[in-house]
Order: sequence, then structure tokens, then C-alpha cells
Amino acid sequence: MTRVCVAGAGTIGSLLAAHLARVADVSVLTRREEHARALNEQGLTVTGRAEFTAPVTAATDPAQLPEPELVIVACKGSDVELLTQRLAGHFPAAMLMTVQNGLGAEDVAGAHGNWPLLSAVTFMSGTRLTDTAVEYVLDTETWIGPYRDTTPGDARAVAALLVSSGLKAEGFDDLRPAQWSKLIFNATVNAVAALTGLPHDPHFAATERRSDLGHLVRDLVDEGKAVASAAGVALWEDPWEMNVLATKRGRRHSPSMLEDVKAHRRTEVDLITGSLVREADKLGVPVPLHTALYRLVKAKEASYS
Amino acid sequence: MKICIVGCGAVGSLFAANLAQLEDVEVWAFDASREHVDAINANGLRLSGAGEVVGRLRATTDPEELPACDFGIVATKAMHTEAAIRATAHSFAGGSVATVQNGLGNEQVLAAHVERVIRGTTFPAGRILEPGHVQWDVKGDTTLGPFDEQPAPFADVERLAEACTRAGMPTHAVEDARGPQWRKVIFNASTNPIGALTGLTHGRVCERPDLRALVSGLVNEGKAVAAAQGIELDSDPEALIDHAAKPEVAYGHKASMLQDVEARRATEVDYLNGGIVRFGREHGVPTPLNEAIWALVKGVEQSWQ
Repeated sequence: MTRVCVAGAGTIGSLLAAHLARVADVSVLTRREEHARALNEQGLTVTGRAEFTAPVTAATDPAQLPEPELVIVACKGSDVELLTQRLAGHFPAAMLMTVQNGLGAEDVAGAHGNWPLLSAVTFMSGTRLTDTAVEYVLDTETWIGPYRDTTPGDARAVAALLVSSGLKAEGFDDLRPAQWSKLIFNATVNAVAALTGLPHDPHFAATERRSDLGHLVRDLVDEGKAVASAAGVALWEDPWEMNVLATKRGRRHSPSMLEDVKAHRRTEVDLITGSLVREADKLGVPVPLHTALYRLVKAKEASYS
Repeated sequence: MKICIVGCGAVGSLFAANLAQLEDVEVWAFDASREHVDAINANGLRLSGAGEVVGRLRATTDPEELPACDFGIVATKAMHTEAAIRATAHSFAGGSVATVQNGLGNEQVLAAHVERVIRGTTFPAGRILEPGHVQWDVKGDTTLGPFDEQPAPFADVERLAEACTRAGMPTHAVEDARGPQWRKVIFNASTNPIGALTGLTHGRVCERPDLRALVSGLVNEGKAVAAAQGIELDSDPEALIDHAAKPEVAYGHKASMLQDVEARRATEVDYLNGGIVRFGREHGVPTPLNEAIWALVKGVEQSWQ
């Protein structure tokens, strides 16, 4: 695989594009003209876990980009619909991979073309500094699996490409166990962080006193596990263990929904907690705590105005 | 008759200034704020708003100055009950002490330090404008009753209620004051933290149907805990919540807990949702939503450290 298009150059898109540009020809589809221009002139600079600058080709119109073998849809979940509308009719020979939080991005993207689809979740994180610079903060893994007209071999090939570019990645025969583990983890940690203002720190694992947050986090994880079980998914990792481990890293990671709330932006709660609650409703599994937190975050968004 | 107001904040000041109007009552006030105490001693305690009153009374920050009193009225925030009664208990060796505080469990704290305890609930509200000057926002009734575990004689309860009523603070003496207390606690525990977590005023909380349903979920848990103790609520908290949401009542009111959170002050959540959880556990009634809300508000407090 030598030609990759990264569609959407936020934090995750920038990290993927910059790294891949060290081992492949990378094009970037942006929303803004000046963003494309800046990328063409300056390339993408990574700091933090890795330090380098890599050249990329960028445009706002897919027709101006070279035919890729792989398209990575790397925008926020709420932007997948609009972004993949723009891809409709382009790159018929490419595989398309989604990396969004939550569930269902594959189907939204897949509705706009017959591309073979790969599904991915990523745990890496960073901070977008400018249009052409991104800080690589957490060098955690990206997990990839087949979704539509693709094979475990395809997933492993893309994972190998990411690994060769300096990122951490793994290919799976079935991504759903990993995807659900991350969904439950994310729905829990993001909503609690957004409502309390706490970064993901040891408070999330504390269970000493009755009012400690760890009890709530564990109850939210248990609700999520019940939904996964009703969906017939055996989880890859226990989201509670993921939570405990993450709070022990010593770095007080600020989940994206907390950042959104602080900046008075709309959060991804509809995609993260929302997709868990919708799935639970479909399966008839009660999730009163996730439902409560979903409503509280939606109300908090409403308080901005 | 000598009455000492313990904690002369907004609510304590309403009792202190009004009771000081009575010829046959000598009013003392114990408070931690030196400025407030000095202003009261220099110029009297002034109320504006729902009533214009100037009360002449003796205020002090030094518990040793207090004389032996017939009654105490404790009006501190719930987290200060223990320290306040420990300091002043000697004045009530021959008297009875009433709580008019928010939340559950204040009576137990008082009973560890004084012999005769009166359970109370009060609806008048105000705020301190400046030292010695309190805005009287809302008039309302007070209910007093002997604390079953360590009761004051009913004649004492009646004597205190009669004095308050005569002073312009309508007060009922009842055998079992738990009904009004739990009605107010359920109201506060089901609405205050929702405002605090979302930033919405009472009216805006109530006009979002999904959030109003969450409020009802909290109310129902509180009602179940009250019922398990054989407490009959004197009216339905749901009706009070909808009444308060009316534009002419308290649509735009920011719950005190939201004001606390905005000012980064410790909240009374331990005595509201925490109290419901504690009594629920004692009586085998599950309270998962109150537990979740309790943990989230404690998380908000932890985020300031």
C-alpha cells in the first residue's frame, strides 16, 4: 500500500497523515482552502511522542487528489455524513476505513459508496496546535478489523502499514469485541469527566467512600457490559480494568468531551453515550445511569445559550 | 426567654432579626464572620425585601460569651453543624435546640452534644447583601417537632413555635415533623444537583422532558425511602417542583447548589442525595440515581482541588 488519503485533518487525522507520510504518499482532504494551502506549503509537524515534519498533498476537492488505495475517514463522528457525501463517486478502487468513536460510522460512510470497508478504533490522542502542527500525547494503539467486503488480512495489512510508520496498531479478525470495550470505556469516562470537570485521574477508580466516583464508574461499566452481552459481543478487555490502568499512568488525560464542555462546544455524547443507549433500547436492556448521564450532558450543552 | 441563633447567615438572620422584635425574648447570635458580628452589634441586624426589619441583638464569634439559653436555633450550612454545636452546646445545658437546616442528619449531630433536640424545616429564604444586612427573598412557613431519638418536651416545641409566629415567622409545632422535612429534602435533592451539574435554572431543567423525567426518577427514590420509614409527606414534591418552574415563581432561579458550584464552595450534597442514600441503605431501599448524582457532585468539588 503506497497511496493513502486521510479525509479530515483534526487531531487524529493529522497524527495519522503525518506518520503515514513517512512510509507512503499521503494526501489530505480538508474542509478549508487555507488549511490545504498551509499543508501543501509546510507539510505536517509532529511533536511530543515523536518529532518530525513530513510532506503531504492536500486539497478541499477529492478530484484534485491522487487515486489512493486506502481512504481513512478521520473526522469527528458528527462530521462523517457530510465528509463522506463529498467522497461519493470518488476513489472507487480504494478501501475505506473509519476511526470514529461510538458505533455506526461504518454504515454512515458506507451509504455513500461501494468501497470495501474496514472498521477501526483508536486510543491514541494528541493536541492540535495549528493547521500544520500536532502534539502526539498518548501513543496508544489503533485497532482495525474487517467490516464490509474486506478480510482479516486487509485489516492486518493496514495495521502493518501503521506500525511501519511509527504508530501502534493491531489487526483483528472481528473488531467488535475491541470496539465495544472502547465504547463502554469512552461512554463512561467521557460523560463523567464532562459533568464533573475532572480529567481522567485516580478519582475515577476510587471506591473508598460511598460517594467516591469509582462506584459510579463501575456501575456504568456494568450497564455497558450487559448491553454488550445482549448484543452477543464478548468484550476484548474489561472497561473497568482499562479505566484503572489509565488512571495509573500518572498523566491526567483530559477526555475530548471535557475539552468540548470547557470550550462550550457541542460534544460527541450522541455518538458515544448515545450509541450505547440506542443499542440498549434496541436490545431491551435497561441503562438508567447512562441514560441519566446522557440527558445531563445534553442539558449542559443547552446551558451554553 | 433567651434564644441563641447558631449560624447567623441568611436564614439564621431572618429568625434573629424577627425574634429580636419581641419584648419577652433576648436574642443572641453566634456566627463565624467577624465583619457580620461587628456590624450587627454596631447597627443592628437589618432585613430588606419581603419585610423591613431592624433587630437589636447581641452577636458574637466567641462561644464563651453566650449565656445559658432556653433555645438554640441552628441555621448553619449542614457541613458546619458539628463544629458549631460542639462550640456552643454549653449554653443549651438546660434548653432545647432546634435545627432549621437543609438536609438529613443534622438532628443526629445535635443530639450527640445536647440533651433535647427539635427537628425543623423552614421555607423562608434570603441572602446576605453586606455584613449586618440581609435580603429577605421569600416568606414561608416553618415546622418544628421533637426529634424522636432525643426529643425536646412538646411544650418547649410549642413555646418556640409560638414565639417565632408572634415575631412574624409563621411556625407550626407538630408531633412528627419528618413529613415537611422529607418533602423539602426530596425537592432539593431532586432539583438542586441537576442545576449544579448542567448550569440550568430551575425552569429550564423542568422544561426539558427528558431531564424532568430524571428529576422524577430522583423524586421516586426519595419517596420510596420516606415510605419505608413510615413518613407521610405533607405534600407531593412533584407538585412543588412544577409550581416552582412557573415564570412568576422561580423559573429563573439558580439553585443554591449551582450558586455554590459557580463560586467553587462546598455543596450540601452529602446531606441531600447522600442523606437519601444513607437512609435508603438503612431501610433496604435502592437509590441508584441519587448515588450517581451524589458521586458526580462530589466529583465536581474534587475537580477544584
